Amino acid sequence: MLLGKVVGQVWATRKDEKLTGMKLLVVRHINLDYSFRNSYVVAVDSVGAGSGEYVLVTTGSSARQSALTEGKPVDAVISAIIDTLDVEKQ
Amino acid sequence: MNLARVIGTIWATRKDVNLEGLKMQLIQPMNPQAEDSGNPLVAVDTVGAGVGEIVYYVTAYEAVIPLEVQPALADASIVGIVDKIELN
Repeated sequence: MLLGKVVGQVWATRKDEKLTGMKLLVVRHINLDYSFRNSYVVAVDSVGAGSGEYVLVTTGSSARQSALTEGKPVDAVISAIIDTLDVEKQ
Repeated sequence: MNLARVIGTIWATRKDVNLEGLKMQLIQPMNPQAEDSGNPLVAVDTVGAGVGEIVYYVTAYEAVIPLEVQPALADASIVGIVDKIELN
């Protein structure tokens, strides 16, 4: 899973009908010091994440391994909200 | 599978229900010469690895296979602790 920060939300009226009701958030990838990386992903929110929160994003076919996303056309999902990162000094 | 070094731990209270109770570790991918390669990522720890240990991990859907409770939103899982790497 990759670390990211929720920086926005995507609204789409016309979409695959299996995506109806899902919240789509824009997540920007971050480094271990919380600084931004230059990549984004649009991810389905499965945990109730809000703007500005640090999250974990699960991608690929693993993103369909939940009750919410099973069988849906989803390849990125927010799977956790990060409380803290304990990183060893390098 | 890929090699990595465990560099930290993630704490997350709110997460996918089927990830509850699982330890998540920050890992830094490395090559067999123990040099960093690529960006750190978060992996579910299924073997009880500790910070500083060298591990190998699986990615993509295969990361779900070692978990007891399925389905779960895991795309990387630590599946072994490396004792020794021998290069010819």
